Amino acid sequence: MTDMADSPSAKAKASQSRALDAARVRKRYRAESRFRWYGLAAIGFACAFLVLLLSDILLKGLPAFEANTVALDVTLEAGKIDADAIAGSNFNSIVNNSIRDMFPGVTSRSDRRALPKLLSFDAVDEVRSAVIANPSLIGTTQNFDLKLSDEADLFFQGMSTDEVAIPVTGSLTVEAADDGFRLTSSNNDFAGVLARVKQRLETRRAKLALQAAQLERVRDRLAAEMPSAEIAVKEAGAGATDSHPAMRRLAKLQADTASVAATLERLKAQTDQLAARVNNTSGAEQLTTVLPSFFVNLPETGVVKITGIGGNHVTGEAYMPVAATGAVAPGNWSLVEYSQPEADRRISDKEIIWLTSLREAGLVRSGFNWPFFQRGDSREAEVAGVLGGMIGSALTLMVTLALSLPIGVAAAIYLEEFAPRNRLTRLIEVNINNLAAVPSIVFGLLGLAVFLNFFGLPRSSAMVGGMVLALMTLPTIIIASRAALRAVPPSIREAALGVGASRQQAVFHHVLPLAMPGIMTGTIIGMAQALGETAPLLMIGMVAFIVDVPTGFSDAATVLPVQIYLWSDLPEAAFQAKTAGAILVLLGFLFLMNALAVVLRRQFERRW
Amino acid sequence: MLIVVAVLVVLAFFYGKSRGSAFGNTASHLHSLPHYHGYFVALMVAIPLLVLSVLWPTLSGYYIDSHALAALPSDLQPENGLARDAIMRDIRLLASGVISDPDRLSAFPQGVRAAGSVYANLQSVSGWLQIVVAILVGVGAAFLATRRLSVTFRARNSVERIFLAVLIACSAVAILTTVGIVFSVIFETFRFFAQVPVTDFLFGTQWSPQTALRADQVGSSGAFGAVPLFIGTILVMLIAMCVAGPIGLFAAIFMAEYASPRARSIVKPVLEVLAGIPTVVFGFFAALSVAPLIRTWGEAVGLEVASESALAAGIVMGVMIIPLMSSLSDDVINAVPQSLRDGSYAMGATKSETIKRVVLPAALPGIVSAFMLSVSRAVGETMIVVMAAGLAAHAVSWDLIETFNPLQAVTTVTVQIATLLVGDQEFDSAKTLSAFALGFVLFFFTLILNMIALHVVSRFKEQYD
Repeated sequence: MTDMADSPSAKAKASQSRALDAARVRKRYRAESRFRWYGLAAIGFACAFLVLLLSDILLKGLPAFEANTVALDVTLEAGKIDADAIAGSNFNSIVNNSIRDMFPGVTSRSDRRALPKLLSFDAVDEVRSAVIANPSLIGTTQNFDLKLSDEADLFFQGMSTDEVAIPVTGSLTVEAADDGFRLTSSNNDFAGVLARVKQRLETRRAKLALQAAQLERVRDRLAAEMPSAEIAVKEAGAGATDSHPAMRRLAKLQADTASVAATLERLKAQTDQLAARVNNTSGAEQLTTVLPSFFVNLPETGVVKITGIGGNHVTGEAYMPVAATGAVAPGNWSLVEYSQPEADRRISDKEIIWLTSLREAGLVRSGFNWPFFQRGDSREAEVAGVLGGMIGSALTLMVTLALSLPIGVAAAIYLEEFAPRNRLTRLIEVNINNLAAVPSIVFGLLGLAVFLNFFGLPRSSAMVGGMVLALMTLPTIIIASRAALRAVPPSIREAALGVGASRQQAVFHHVLPLAMPGIMTGTIIGMAQALGETAPLLMIGMVAFIVDVPTGFSDAATVLPVQIYLWSDLPEAAFQAKTAGAILVLLGFLFLMNALAVVLRRQFERRW
Repeated sequence: MLIVVAVLVVLAFFYGKSRGSAFGNTASHLHSLPHYHGYFVALMVAIPLLVLSVLWPTLSGYYIDSHALAALPSDLQPENGLARDAIMRDIRLLASGVISDPDRLSAFPQGVRAAGSVYANLQSVSGWLQIVVAILVGVGAAFLATRRLSVTFRARNSVERIFLAVLIACSAVAILTTVGIVFSVIFETFRFFAQVPVTDFLFGTQWSPQTALRADQVGSSGAFGAVPLFIGTILVMLIAMCVAGPIGLFAAIFMAEYASPRARSIVKPVLEVLAGIPTVVFGFFAALSVAPLIRTWGEAVGLEVASESALAAGIVMGVMIIPLMSSLSDDVINAVPQSLRDGSYAMGATKSETIKRVVLPAALPGIVSAFMLSVSRAVGETMIVVMAAGLAAHAVSWDLIETFNPLQAVTTVTVQIATLLVGDQEFDSAKTLSAFALGFVLFFFTLILNMIALHVVSRFKEQYD
């Protein structure tokens, strides 16, 4: 054997196989580390998604907790308020005048009508209730902190549009031109504006080009279908009427092709036109509502909105009165861009200017949005609150807890401590495990068919909601309670039985108290589940739009998750913030409940 | 009424207890502790009173209703059940005294107002009568119960027997719930199939319940073909499982085999938080953040993406299911005995080879059932799809790429149940009943999946115990 191994060919073979072995081992180790990385990547994905979700909602929801107020002098003219019927007096005009007085320069009728819209619906009520509380205010001028509208809130929070200050260096010459002003900078400061506009045009062109490309694909697909449709028509023969499927298909294809071709042509023309404007880098541009808004701030609160740019001068319209024409030194004027085009936001350019001038005057204050926690639902975003949902959730959970805790614990005690091992108890066990995995919406069907239609209990009430959720959380509580009871060592039971306790005495006096922390933990987790549940409550009518905060178990109520669902459907941007805000409130409660469960577990859990 | 019952029961307890203690003074061989005598008397009082407080409102309700109706003048007598319900609602409204405005009061006919006052009178009489009867019954029951008390009376055994009955009744609630679910869906489903043939429902490819209601042409148009819904459900479920299956499984493998205790203590809470987030929050995220993102990306590469796409809903649903999948798989992987791994290592296998060739095959039944439970969860999930997947059923054809296009809006079984039953419904229309038929399909599909999965898991655990 030894001389065989010494032979050169064997040696070569051995070294070859060693090399192969080494390669295989390397490969196996690579596979090993790859496999490990897959696991890490999976965990990483879950964590990243969680972080993304929470930060997204936090970002969207925080604005809901902030509200802006403006300090206004309100003249409570004695002539306008009927001291005998204060509640019925017309406070609208009083409040509206107070904000109009802030802008003496705003004279056009439509603008004066638009000004009060900066204020919230609440503002009038605030003033009215202040006067009702203290009628001696009539005839005086009082300073009120009035709530601003939701759009104003969004603007101040930077949610409506980006605000970019463009640096300027030159001195500005202001001249009156036909219906507006002509502004010229000594240092070519407006070139930047023109470049930004051109850039915006270019992105629009690119978008249109993309649309055109998509349409071309549609056109090609239609063209590809055409021959087969024509053949089908030929096969149908000359006798086919217009209602024949083949004829209909051909006609539809032709119509589609024509309309696609027309749209395509229009798109192409638009793209070409835009391209020409973009390529002519120094060409003058008119600023329409589909382009960003640029404003020039002049001394003494004068503001000019730029409407046209050409070379180093711009033309514009005064949105706030311009004090004087002539030269303005550098540093005394500034240039601001609001990037979101006016057509794409709900707040107009003028409203932006009014709001910023209020802010410059130091009248706007932002504070915590208490009404969000003090009100029920509303169709108006700025006065909609989560109180109704919170109370509804609390009532519902009370019913759920009152039903599911005793029943669940009793069932767990029976199954764990007393039940004989027979077919019936096995059936119950299988049943409970199955119920834990039944889709929640099916419990909603049960609630609808049995509680509402059969027993005739009140629709959309916290009572029925609580009952449905109790049935749903029952399996969770039973399973957790059984685990807690099982964790109590048999020695406890045996000791109790040994000193003469009955089986029930042993369970109720000794085992149950020891299992209580575990049962409570399971119950809290079950309650947290119930608090977040939405689908079954939709079935039993808790989706109704309910303004009043519920006061009893049989009142029509809604719960926090359903409130979230209802708000998420509404198109207003302010409601989006409210939805995310309500989610934050819900997550806050869930966090508290889970933290409580963890604390209970840490504090009382005993290892035997 | 509840207060009266509570007071009577508490009084009965203390009375019974004092009687029990009294025995204790005279004889030292009292069978049961005094407070068991108290419990016994209290239970003897509570049971008839609870029966009474359940029965009384029902019975007196019938009596009062019939008398209030009899008080109506003959021209206002209702002709059918619907009219009867309507007039009873008016009478109850008037009797409750909510309406104090004379203008609104006079809007009701004189006869109805008279019946309303009859109703209110009878109701207050019934209320007082009930309390009186309750007190009489309570005192009578307490008297009868105390007569049975004696030194040798086995009060504890009687009380424990009642307690045990209560415990059994509570565990039966689980069965009652299942029975309730089965009956409520089956009953309405049969009514639905009386109007629409089963085959139309199961194999029809057109789903438009609204039109059937409007044109009053129930069942004739085949508008209740549920195939589009099944396809939508399967599509969303497949996408979700593509996310949750591998990620959940790999997360479980990592947690069970690789992670240090410290890493476990960090990752486990993260997964628990993910599991604890309400589905409506996932739905919001899917609809407002993920769907627009997918749309933007899709359009950037030139694809047509609907604003509500199956893809967005499926991905987010997949993430929602990851914790379920990983915790179930984690359990079964941990249940594989260490000896199997040690044997594999002894043969020179690396860790990943051991996992792939030994642990996973051994845990396969458990992993399959984890998969099945996840599928059942995905199929039954409602809020994410309601908010992010859309409402309109899209056309079904043999063009499978088009039918299973994940970029389109789809609708699912759960979405349809939710939308059909939200708001006011008349309970005889096929539209409403179809929701129950869908619920029936959903319930039995998930039930079978769950039963098989749970059975497999329990068999699997037994095998290695």
